[in-house]
Amino acid sequence: MREIDRRSKYDRRVFLKGAAVTAPAVAIATSTGLGITDAWAEGASTLTPATLKTLLKMARDIYPHDFLGDSYYIAAVKPYDEKAAKDPAVKSLINDGVTRLDQAANDRHKMPYVQVAWENDRVALLQQIEQSAFFQKIRGDLIVSIYNNKEVWPRFGYEGSSAEHGGYIKRGFADIDWLPKV
Amino acid sequence: MAKFDLNDSGVVVIVGSGAGGGTLGNELAQKGVKVVILEAGPRIENQDFINDEWDSFTQLAWSDARSTSGSWRVHQDFPGLPAWIVKAVGGSTTHWAGASLRFDEHEFKIKSAYGNMPGANLLDWPITLAEMEPWYAKAEDKMGVTRTNGIPGLPGNNNFKVMEAGARKLGYKEVHTGRMAINSEPRDGRGSCQQIGFCFQGCKSGAKWSTLYTEIPKGEATGNLEVRPGSMVIKVEHDQSGKVTGVVYADATGAMQRQKARVVAVAGNSIESPRLLLNSASSMFPDGLANSSGQVGRNYMRHMTGSVYASFEKSVHMYRGTTMAGIIRDEAKNDPKRGFVGGYEMETLSLGLPFMAAFLNPGAWGRSFTSAIEGYPRMAGMWLVGEDMPQETNRITLDPKIKDKFGMPVASVHFDDHPNDVAMRDHAYKQGSAVYEAVGATVTYPTPPYPSTHNMGTNRMSEKPRDGVVNKFGQTHDIKNLFVSDGSQFTSGAACNPTLTIVSLAIRQADHIAGAMQRKEI
Repeated sequence: MREIDRRSKYDRRVFLKGAAVTAPAVAIATSTGLGITDAWAEGASTLTPATLKTLLKMARDIYPHDFLGDSYYIAAVKPYDEKAAKDPAVKSLINDGVTRLDQAANDRHKMPYVQVAWENDRVALLQQIEQSAFFQKIRGDLIVSIYNNKEVWPRFGYEGSSAEHGGYIKRGFADIDWLPKV
Repeated sequence: MAKFDLNDSGVVVIVGSGAGGGTLGNELAQKGVKVVILEAGPRIENQDFINDEWDSFTQLAWSDARSTSGSWRVHQDFPGLPAWIVKAVGGSTTHWAGASLRFDEHEFKIKSAYGNMPGANLLDWPITLAEMEPWYAKAEDKMGVTRTNGIPGLPGNNNFKVMEAGARKLGYKEVHTGRMAINSEPRDGRGSCQQIGFCFQGCKSGAKWSTLYTEIPKGEATGNLEVRPGSMVIKVEHDQSGKVTGVVYADATGAMQRQKARVVAVAGNSIESPRLLLNSASSMFPDGLANSSGQVGRNYMRHMTGSVYASFEKSVHMYRGTTMAGIIRDEAKNDPKRGFVGGYEMETLSLGLPFMAAFLNPGAWGRSFTSAIEGYPRMAGMWLVGEDMPQETNRITLDPKIKDKFGMPVASVHFDDHPNDVAMRDHAYKQGSAVYEAVGATVTYPTPPYPSTHNMGTNRMSEKPRDGVVNKFGQTHDIKNLFVSDGSQFTSGAACNPTLTIVSLAIRQADHIAGAMQRKEI
């Protein structure tokens, strides 16, 4: 069978700073050889860096894929800064939601959400707010912003657009070789 | 190409250009009848289709406002999107998978076959399989359906091979790559399938039959057919005698136009067609056009649907190749011993990663979800499609609050599963999982219904005017020059995919309309 190369060109944890977190930006950052820092959140204009980092942790906890580096999740949550700048309703939804989440974390663990060490404990906090507009908004956006990112597709073994490659007629549409004989 | 005057009262106006409207338009044009097709969506040619699920959805899907209610899970998961259908020239024949199956004999007479079914509104069709057979044959030839007319079946892809191996292990007998309106060899000026995948996103190679690049250009070439894209019909108008006289529509610029007509045929899909009839209410017809029975909008059917995905130890790559070229038909029979009447088909299905994430278990999150998604390349998948029970209370109504940009009430779709639908789905989940477990599935996922792709029954055929909206030719009981030409005519839904029957009915209807016009009956 023709298997898919799961390695990504954008695999390393990268330094991300600036307004647009697009794949090319990630690529440029990678090619400069800069290491990972927390600086990706520092340039935020409307949301605080702490809020963005909480959203990053939430995104990883909602759709945890351990083989994906933070860059993919950062790409999914960083645009909230710009959305919050444009729409006060988004800004307050996120700020209020994060405040409530941290409050719940403080009540139970005496520390903010991002510092709660075990995923299971953080997931229990998320379950408490699962029906909230804040959680629903973040989860509903992530299902697109994570899985519709073309850069993650090879990591999940998905090849994307095929017509320009002539379809799969000569590229393994029927190459399965492990089925029992019938 | 023809261009007809707005005041030309000799034309047949068809609302919609999909399987029903597009076919009817070409068939009439071939017979010398002047036709104007008003299509709400834009004209997008197949080279411009996009192999990307969300981008294609944005390009093709009907995303105008609709509302939902009822206990069906679609209402919970996708409250503004009851159906995944298309707003473009070609209608949902751009998006359909190509499965082209005939009804079984009993599926035209379910009241006789199934007897009394509490909560259901069963009725026999006013036509039989024997009457439909010649029209099915014409449709299969027109569409180039594999395994008919000497056309070979499509080659099976990886997803089919998994399903086939499991089906054989379970002892299923009728298992093959389907009767598909997708060229397995060049035919009718179109090439053969390149195994691109993305059948739902519009076939870029044109191997799959769609009215967009078959019926419509053929009709246009006669000089008798004009297609006006971007034309949203608002209202069907009538005179004092109760005959329809034309339609009012918003053109591509949003300006209101009035096209006169000798005959109007409504083919806007089972949600928009009843909406248009209801929105056309007048002092003479206060409950909407052709609605003396009160059945317009009722008996909405969407098929018992669901999917089973399964993960294996090794790769499958189910998304490679023709999406739905694979079927198990053994459960399509009516065998009430299984605990339900009617039957269902198991058909190969795959989604790309973005739609798999959105549809596998809408709303789910956390590690059980991500573990499933991480199995994506090792997954096989099938769609479960079976007959659902017509119920009067499953219906399209006009939303009391929400209006479209032209000020017209939008469609509201109410649906509750009938207990028979639920029993059938449970059986299908169990059998679908067994197919995959027979060849080593490590986990199976019974996946809930997607927004409806098969929409049927909301202007149903009946022998008696009190039981339905149209007669055996799709002609409304109340208004003789008003026709319905899409799946909303269906008296019952059968187990199989509806398009072949819609096309067959449209060919038959064209024959009837042309004859009646010649005889000056309409």
